[in-house]
Amino acid sequence: MPFWSNPAVRGGVYQVTVLAGVFALGAYLIDNTLDNLAARSIRSGFGFMAREAGFELGESLIPYEPSDSYARAYLAGFVNTMKVSFAGIVLCSILGLFVGIARLSKNWLVARLASFYVETLRNIPILLQLFFWYALIIEVLPPSLDAINLGPGVFLSKSGLLFPLPLYDPAHAWVGLAFLVGIPAAVFYGHWAKQRQNATGQQLPRLLPTVGLVLGPAIIVFLILGAPLTFEVPVFQRFRFVGGGELTPEFLALWLGLSIYTSAFVAEVVRAGILAVDWGQNEAAGALGLRRGLVLRLVVLPQALRVIIPPTTNQYLNLAKNSSLAVAVGYPDLTSVTNTSLNQTGQAVECIAVMMAVYLTLSLLISAGMNIYNRVVAIPDRR
Amino acid sequence: MTDAALPIAPPRTGPTAWLRTNLFGSWRNTLISLGSFALLVWAVPPLLDWFLFESRWGDTPPAECRKAAGACWAFVHEKHRLILFGRYPFAEQWRPLVGMAILLGLIGASCYRPFWRRWLLAVWAVGIAVMAVLMWGGVFGLRFVETTLWGGLPLTFLLTTVGVGAAFPLGVVLALGRRSKLPIIRAVSIGYIELVRGVPLVSLLFMASFMFPLFMPSGVQINALIRAQVAIILFAGAYLAEVVRGGLQAVPRGQIEAAAALGMGYWLTMRKIVLPQAIRLVIPGIVNSFISTFKDTSLVAIVSLSDLMLSTRQAIADPLWRPFFVEGYVFIGAIYLVFCFLMSRYSQHLEVQLNTGRRR
Repeated sequence: MPFWSNPAVRGGVYQVTVLAGVFALGAYLIDNTLDNLAARSIRSGFGFMAREAGFELGESLIPYEPSDSYARAYLAGFVNTMKVSFAGIVLCSILGLFVGIARLSKNWLVARLASFYVETLRNIPILLQLFFWYALIIEVLPPSLDAINLGPGVFLSKSGLLFPLPLYDPAHAWVGLAFLVGIPAAVFYGHWAKQRQNATGQQLPRLLPTVGLVLGPAIIVFLILGAPLTFEVPVFQRFRFVGGGELTPEFLALWLGLSIYTSAFVAEVVRAGILAVDWGQNEAAGALGLRRGLVLRLVVLPQALRVIIPPTTNQYLNLAKNSSLAVAVGYPDLTSVTNTSLNQTGQAVECIAVMMAVYLTLSLLISAGMNIYNRVVAIPDRR
Repeated sequence: MTDAALPIAPPRTGPTAWLRTNLFGSWRNTLISLGSFALLVWAVPPLLDWFLFESRWGDTPPAECRKAAGACWAFVHEKHRLILFGRYPFAEQWRPLVGMAILLGLIGASCYRPFWRRWLLAVWAVGIAVMAVLMWGGVFGLRFVETTLWGGLPLTFLLTTVGVGAAFPLGVVLALGRRSKLPIIRAVSIGYIELVRGVPLVSLLFMASFMFPLFMPSGVQINALIRAQVAIILFAGAYLAEVVRGGLQAVPRGQIEAAAALGMGYWLTMRKIVLPQAIRLVIPGIVNSFISTFKDTSLVAIVSLSDLMLSTRQAIADPLWRPFFVEGYVFIGAIYLVFCFLMSRYSQHLEVQLNTGRRR
């Protein structure tokens, strides 16, 4: 047998070739880039991050001024990305769960409506939906002067959604602390009740004590400290609203657009998850004498969640990545900051590298978490 | 127990029975039905009024459109050439139209299973070549049209088909690499797939428009269309790789061992045994990738390529017609919706036909 027919030799040759190819390509691109940068007299390196950014951001959760550094602008953009992603994940889960269950409803009308929702929304590009929502908010809604009053202190207009904000009081810190104490107490009670049931067969009430333990201390502390709660209500002064909390039109459009689009996919995941649980499981649980609610909680949901959670996480990840379309509606997220920075500094490589690294870290962290979760919940005796 | 005590069984067929089982089975069901019905009554008539009864069609001037309570389809009528073909020279717009028809015909023909033969690839190659000639021109007496003028729906279809077409071989290679026993090849493939799947498409498009020019040797310029197309290919490739990998994993080990027992090498085994089975399994997945790529091409609007999305934005930018953005978005939304919906129905149909889905 000639030596080149040896699989080990061949494998080695392939690997060395691929590696050499990758390195050669990388070296070629880097070399060209350095030449081009030199020709355009652009300095490379991340030194620019410490320089003054000089641009405004439409909104920021952390304090940010145009005189702050690029690094600070990136951080503010990242925090904004996280903010809209988090809000989007919450809303899309609620909508998706609701629509997914509705699609399985025995009620014909509800099932039809739900599948219309899913089929329409997931077949229209997210960018188009974002443009649509944004245009709807800034073109169709009335100006601040004639803002629609949705409830006490809640106003909707071209300039966004305004709502009353509770003013901070030192007592709130104690209420928060009491709330944090309540959670471990509830967990401890749950464990104790389960052990008790295992030992004696006696079932203790679960739901009410849990809610009571989580919320009770906080409410009691709140009442003892004299229920200090005042709201700062937005008031129309001269040309615009002052005070209160605000959701900008950009944030609203992005939040609604992302949530509604993703909810269509989440709904499909939920539906598939529920369908994946064998009907026999329901019947078996019923035969054991479990009530309907217990069948859902103890038998169906734990199995459905195993199927639902991994693809749902994927959808959350998609939502977070799609939040980069903020650049289209002018919400100052990581991508918008990157876009402005690279236009100002010309340091495209560094700016885009930072953006990609952030998204990549986020994705890898979430998928690593997902893998761990999968290992924990996997049914051990599956094939 | 006497027979008289038994209630009369409700009818099991007919419209009354249908209503009873599907809408008014229990008091809760009845309540839900009435609620949904109220929602429909509240939402549908105003929408229909806007959409149809109060709308303005044909040649209505914008000033008159503003007075109407309903939609102004006159906007779409006035701007449909700009929306559908972008800034392509007006007199030459039959060329992208014919090109698009060829492309759609090819897509349609490829959906028909008896055509899944080798010659279909050749037909595709000829079709794409004809479309390229039509779009570019410069030969056969056709006027040369720069790519910067290409736009609208033909561009969207072109970016999608060329994107998926070129991404498919890339995806197959990456999927094989990811399943390879050779550690370096596996690491390179995994690295590429996870890197691309971990970042948003927008960042790849940014890379294409700002970094690709830096990557090229000085003096070499690649136009914006090709750069965006490359970004789409690189992006779709990573996703297709995962789709194909699913198929590769589903091919039983015994097939590979049997091939090895017959003395077949790695490439022969893959080409003749594994890939044909794997790809057959994942065709519905590939169609789904096609749908998402079709939707994703709208993002090239962000890097200023006037695909269907951006050409519509350009049409809306006309101050005379500015109030009628909803009509514009509804129009192209319907185009995207119809195409994606048909493709996804086709994918579901295939899944049943190829019996790859789990039957229950």
